Amino acid sequence: MLERALVGPKKYWTGLVGLLVLIGIGAGCYFLQYQKGLTITGMGRDVSWGFYIAQFTFLVGVAASAVMLVLPYYLHHYKAFGKITILGEFLAVAAVSMCLMFILADLGRPMRMLNVLLYPTPGSVLFWDMTVLNGYLFLNIVIGWVVLAAERKGVAPPAFVKPLIYISIPWAVSIHTVTAFLYCGLPGRGYWLTAILAARFLSSAFAAGPSLLIILCLLVRRWTKFDPGKEPIQTLGTIVTYAIIMNVFFLLLEVFTVFYSRIPEHMLHFKYLFVGLHGHGIYVPWMWAAVILCVVAIALLLTRKARANEKILLAGAICVFLGTWIDKGMGMIAGGFTPSPLEHVTEYVPSAPELLITLGVWATGFLILTILYKVAISIKEELAS
Amino acid sequence: MSLNRRDFLKIAGITALGVGAASAFEVLSGKQLEAALKAAPLTAGKRWAMVVDIRKLREEDYHDVVTACHTSHNVPDFSGTKDEIKWIWAEPFENAFPDSPNEYVKPEVKDKPFLVFCNQCGDAPCVRVCPTKATFKGPDGITMMDMHRCIGCRYCMAACPYGARSFNFRDPRTYFADKEVPNREFPTRTRGVVEKCNFCTERLAKGLYPACVEACKSNALIFGDLDDPNSEVRRVLRANFSIRRKPQLGTDPSIFYIV
Repeated sequence: MLERALVGPKKYWTGLVGLLVLIGIGAGCYFLQYQKGLTITGMGRDVSWGFYIAQFTFLVGVAASAVMLVLPYYLHHYKAFGKITILGEFLAVAAVSMCLMFILADLGRPMRMLNVLLYPTPGSVLFWDMTVLNGYLFLNIVIGWVVLAAERKGVAPPAFVKPLIYISIPWAVSIHTVTAFLYCGLPGRGYWLTAILAARFLSSAFAAGPSLLIILCLLVRRWTKFDPGKEPIQTLGTIVTYAIIMNVFFLLLEVFTVFYSRIPEHMLHFKYLFVGLHGHGIYVPWMWAAVILCVVAIALLLTRKARANEKILLAGAICVFLGTWIDKGMGMIAGGFTPSPLEHVTEYVPSAPELLITLGVWATGFLILTILYKVAISIKEELAS
Repeated sequence: MSLNRRDFLKIAGITALGVGAASAFEVLSGKQLEAALKAAPLTAGKRWAMVVDIRKLREEDYHDVVTACHTSHNVPDFSGTKDEIKWIWAEPFENAFPDSPNEYVKPEVKDKPFLVFCNQCGDAPCVRVCPTKATFKGPDGITMMDMHRCIGCRYCMAACPYGARSFNFRDPRTYFADKEVPNREFPTRTRGVVEKCNFCTERLAKGLYPACVEACKSNALIFGDLDDPNSEVRRVLRANFSIRRKPQLGTDPSIFYIV
């Protein structure tokens, strides 16, 4: 099956080379980081996690969102998703791969990574995060590959894959829940110390992931002979609409609790992000941009009639993706660390090499995605002809 | 005579064979070790604690204390940068106790910096979150670090509600490249690991008080065993009203402040 990734039109190879260039630049910057240490990033004593961990958090959500295809298709026999479930699963594979790379990029001593296995510590949420992420990667590779291979041969998938599919449904929820637990179980960080964090994470994930899938489906239709079909894309649009509304609702619940109770430990972080604190407010325009993007997205996607227009659907999906990315990929981590537990405001801005490493990891993820999608779509094209 | 690692292991192996593995372990068995250490009073603590008497602290103490700690532990001076490493430092009252805002607090407190450092929590969040047990609790209540096991994930820094932890963003040894390492008996760290106040566990093992306590000429730092009702810290805590940083978080800090 993999040999299908080795043949393709010029556009395919140009894309791969482009991604490889970005990966090369990222790898070069990572080499620099490996030599000099994390001093080359914008992270410091007060904001000790930054862009890497933020991307990781966002991408866990993208990975988890594959369940939005798997669940309706396998549990409710919603046939329209049969055509694109593989796209969701392979997106999950690419997203989890990026998550693991971002964790690795963030480690001070990456060579000791396996200490997490050598000295397993079930009391640490990070131990569980490693467990669920690797498990989810394994599940999606196996399920996606085996089901695709069966489809190619025109036979039913082997029986062993069914239980794996059912396990993968709660597993998807678990990866983002555990990722939220990384943050919301810490006593001194008021921005994260809220039971709704996991729910917020999941709702934004189920908005961001399917909106990326909509974008990908439309690209696939444009660039290949495989048409994911109108109905599944529309259903994804409905899912995105519900999820983004829920995400904004959850955020408002948090805003009410924080600002009506007026407990500074929780309120100061919101103030820092949305209006600035002690004269520092580098994230203010970004956070408001995220709010506007989410509101615009809801306005665009709210009615079925508007969503039926694929141009509007695409615009809405892009707004959702960018809005949730700013919220999680920028604000969530820096905002949690600012102000510090001693109420100092240290602003975090990622450095150029840090951004290039980030870009390199995203490019690696998209390389994995491109190759997996090439295999899947080639098979779909062969079957159709 | 200098031994390389290989020779050392060889000799150690032969010795162990000669003595017999069982007896080699007996020599180091917990009870005997404890009994041996009890001979020195400072090595017998069940829960080490410190009282910082802010009333007694004088201007020059801050410098003395911080310098004593940082030279004793070979802490590189990257102050003023984001990569700063500090084990003990001074903070204004409002930053040391951000949960106790009080505009009208007496000037002696408001204008006096507080010495802050690792709280050696009874229930330490950093120990709870560490994925490799590189941060762990010693039998004497000290929150310890294994610099050789730490993977540098910095989860402990996110978990610490006191900002007590520093990460070696840079190679700390570059700082000592052109100068003498202040304390040859204490290891320097490598880049990529987290560090913090260790309550001078290496000095306690020798029966010495922590470097900060020794350096504080005004005797404003009182060190002792919280588990021993007759210890100096317990006596001082009985006689004075004391506060701790963020006790509402349930971390049970072992550092007390008298204001």
